[in-house]
Amino acid sequence: MGLARRNLIRMRDLSAADIQQILSTAAACKDIFSREVKKMPTLRGQVMVNLFYEPSTRTRTSFELAGKWMSADVVNIAVATSSVVKGESLTDTAKTLESLGADIVVIRHPSAGAPALLARSIRAAVINAGDGMHEHPTQALLDLFTIQEAKGTVADLHVVIVGDILHSRVARSNIWGLRTLGARVTVVGPPTLMPPGLEELGVRVSYDLDRVLPEADVVNVLRIQRERQPTALIPSLREYTRYFGLTRERLERLRPDALILHPGPANLGVEIVQEAVDDPRARIHDQVTNGVAVRMAVLYLVTGGRHDAVAA
Amino acid sequence: MTLVDKVQVMDGPALRRALVRIAHEVLERNGGTENLGLVGIHTRGVPLARRLAEQIRRIEGVQVPVGVLDITLYRDDLTTVAHQPIVRRTDIPYDVTRRTIVLVDDVLYTGRTARAALDALIDLGRPDRIQLAVLVDRGHRELPIRADFVGKNLPTSRQEVVAVRLEEIDGRDEVVIQVPVGEEKTEGGAGR
Repeated sequence: MGLARRNLIRMRDLSAADIQQILSTAAACKDIFSREVKKMPTLRGQVMVNLFYEPSTRTRTSFELAGKWMSADVVNIAVATSSVVKGESLTDTAKTLESLGADIVVIRHPSAGAPALLARSIRAAVINAGDGMHEHPTQALLDLFTIQEAKGTVADLHVVIVGDILHSRVARSNIWGLRTLGARVTVVGPPTLMPPGLEELGVRVSYDLDRVLPEADVVNVLRIQRERQPTALIPSLREYTRYFGLTRERLERLRPDALILHPGPANLGVEIVQEAVDDPRARIHDQVTNGVAVRMAVLYLVTGGRHDAVAA
Repeated sequence: MTLVDKVQVMDGPALRRALVRIAHEVLERNGGTENLGLVGIHTRGVPLARRLAEQIRRIEGVQVPVGVLDITLYRDDLTTVAHQPIVRRTDIPYDVTRRTIVLVDDVLYTGRTARAALDALIDLGRPDRIQLAVLVDRGHRELPIRADFVGKNLPTSRQEVVAVRLEEIDGRDEVVIQVPVGEEKTEGGAGR
């Protein structure tokens, strides 16, 4: 049981049963959107800290709402992105959080492995909200939820992930989750943005979006993250769009029952055009809603069972 | 801990007769079916609520709406249980506001499930009144809660477990008292 460890650090730790438990719990949590009173007492008396070492509005807000709707006391800590805020000082921060009585810590950090380090030095449940180029498990879970909601299943679907695979923690977490649930995965992007070793994960690599699009059940369009590209790995945004953008012409190559996903926020006109966002096949707004439901489910599941708990 | 059946306290016909009686009592108390809604509590309250609705339809010729309530996220022991209980969908396909809601469950024990169900229901709207129907009341209340409609009052000891079995889930209708056998005696986890 991946979540019985009280942490959610990596998708690769989760079994298919773990993922399905999260998704079915999320389906129950999603009902709260249709209610007048969006509040349930599940996490009453628990302190949840959003510890963000990188700027983020969507993910932080999504976690914050999820916590508040479940009656946790939510504290947001935005740590200035200075280069010294790493390593040792993270464990110092852990001690501070401990003193504040934190029960759950949601952490986003520019360094891969920071959430795992935190989890080792703190009693609270730790949820990874994105660490460097490593993983972003709740994004993968909300993508899986959105796919399963629309398609009924994830198994045997052909999911195409297009974009900057090299720098993308969203891609990495998605690949683990999709493979665990039995989907076929093809990643598409410029060769300079393709990490080595993908084939070992059972992932097909392609550099030709037009060829794979007609065979896709789902196309997950990644954001071009300008902040993560210190060196010029793509010649120009215009050239990127020409080869890898989800353009109006490419929408026609996509099957009528395919799904379009995007983790947001979109660089309109770069990796995706407005028409694709507005297309009836797009599930981008559902992803935002589902993100809260999935995070509620994760919060509920990681808080189960204190260390000193005896079976009731 | 394993449980073995000690004695059967209701057989199929007795269980069904109790439900017919409860259906009549619900109608009598509320003067018919106007604004009435049933809500079954997961798991075995759900088929019981459906059966009550069917009985009411036979008596009055009116189909009373039935909803399903999962109270897991409203439990008061979530921080003490070792593994989080599975959460299922709540599905109440009608507005509870200004209705008389009859909550239906299989066993009334400590009252904690009923307490959670009240909170969950009130978060969905503002019913005019909420009533509680249970197949078995086994005593040992820990909260000031009582049932409005009871199929059978069953004095039990805390070591015993009351198992309600229903056709829809267990393949047969009966209520049995179970006792733990083996090394260690532990308090029953669920409300039975």
